[in-house]
Amino acid sequence: MLRQISASVLSWAYLALVYAFIFLPVAVLVLFSFQDGRLPVPPFNGFSLQWYEAVFADRKLMAALGNSMVVALVSSVISVLLGFLAAYALARYKLPGSALQRGLLIAPMTVSYLIIALGLLSLMNALHVPLSLMTVGIGHVVINLPLCFAIIYASMGDHHINIERAARDLGANDFKVMALVTAPMLMPSILAAFFLSVTFSWDEFIIAFLLSRFDVTLPVEIWSMLRSGLNPKTNAIGSLVFLASVAVLLILELSLFGRTKKQ
Amino acid sequence: MADAGTLSTATALEDADRRKAWGFVAPALLWTIAFFVVPFAFMAAMSLWKREGRDLVRVWNFDNYARFFSENALFQGLVNSLEITVIVTVISVLLAYPLAWIIAERVPKRLQRMALILAILPFWTSYVVRSYSWLLVLSKNGVINQLFLNIGLISEPLELASTRTATVIGFVHFFVMLLTLTIYSNLIQLSPNYRRAAADLGANAFQTFWHVVLPLTLPGIMTGAFLTFVLCIGDYVTPQILGGNNELVLPQIIMLQLGRRADFPMAAALSIVLMLAVTVAYLACARWLKIERA
Repeated sequence: MLRQISASVLSWAYLALVYAFIFLPVAVLVLFSFQDGRLPVPPFNGFSLQWYEAVFADRKLMAALGNSMVVALVSSVISVLLGFLAAYALARYKLPGSALQRGLLIAPMTVSYLIIALGLLSLMNALHVPLSLMTVGIGHVVINLPLCFAIIYASMGDHHINIERAARDLGANDFKVMALVTAPMLMPSILAAFFLSVTFSWDEFIIAFLLSRFDVTLPVEIWSMLRSGLNPKTNAIGSLVFLASVAVLLILELSLFGRTKKQ
Repeated sequence: MADAGTLSTATALEDADRRKAWGFVAPALLWTIAFFVVPFAFMAAMSLWKREGRDLVRVWNFDNYARFFSENALFQGLVNSLEITVIVTVISVLLAYPLAWIIAERVPKRLQRMALILAILPFWTSYVVRSYSWLLVLSKNGVINQLFLNIGLISEPLELASTRTATVIGFVHFFVMLLTLTIYSNLIQLSPNYRRAAADLGANAFQTFWHVVLPLTLPGIMTGAFLTFVLCIGDYVTPQILGGNNELVLPQIIMLQLGRRADFPMAAALSIVLMLAVTVAYLACARWLKIERA
């Protein structure tokens, strides 16, 4: 009995300790974003929203935020579209070398982002392609396409084939079957692939850093803010991004995943 | 005659189908070839060239690789990377396993999902910001130093940031969250019957864990550990922000080649070395890494 109680106390203590470790930096980040002073470290001088005002007044930061959204959305749409078409072809038709094709499509997943970025950078330099948000987007499709393909391909079960065949017998062509039958049936995994891609692109640093020039994405802009050392404004933008991600996560949890659970 | 007719129609249909299917898969294949295979092959070729001033000279030899092995400043990068990655992977697994276990066993079923979401919530801070926020905790005037100074534990602030320890803490923080997720999903798939059978056969709690639970969850641990290894050894941001300029890791040295020296061939050679390290790790873990397909 005593042993059981002490084991239980020990488990809860351990749980509390690891949670404290996990939350410590985030708590400090958010708390000192409200710092009434120039340094985001103790002592806490009082509550102020001045650093949030500074964030919204910063044109470069706001431009980077917009750039990040555009790159994330466009690259994710392309990744999902290409991934879906490839998954449809490889799951529904017998193509020569299909195992090799699947391997090729998944391959970028096994390579560090740094190496993908470096390869693209060398090639763009050699071909004299100027670096821009477009080159960043190209890189982000390279890292997200394998993910989208894998998720959608894995969800294309054989039980969907007959429904597609019925649609085809009723005179639908391939595009109609895909748009009106296959895609709606696979909507949960298509959305999951899309949101994962958006998250990865939104947060990606090294590709965006190496493949951009004048217009940069948010992580790259935050990186250049770090050069000025500890600054409550960095806390404020960091807290905002964190809260926005948590809000999106909550919406997804309540809508998308809540719905699939009921089905 | 009729048979031959239907047969040729069938093959004609099959040909048409095949052409269509190629059309669907082509965009993804072409994208991957143009922006992944070709750049990678180009980089591999470039690792054999050399830099002269601002120009690249297309010689074909292994001088860059020879320099990597003979120049201590370069080779030490690989050693530092491997040491940090192994330390991080081991500590993260050791911290995450009990956490996943407690969530799966002690936390009431209806609260488990909540506990898990909480455990990985800081995952959603931006990647660059996550390392920065550890700087707030570890720097000379940061939270830990101020706390220790105030309670009189130390009289001089400790140099915690810009050290290897800081890099390890930043990495462990991230990977504990990731590993808790993979190990938890492995633990709850485990049927309680195995443990009951072990208990029936007279095993005590420790024996059950060591001989039954641990071997059954090993694939989950290895998948998570491999993921940790790959992401950790290729990361530039965490060591650059938290480790500073001491004990550079391989990605930092690669970035140095690009910056000041514009030595692309050397950067390419170092990237190939990095990839080989990951491949070796993959081969070492391969027998536990079963990627299942539906």
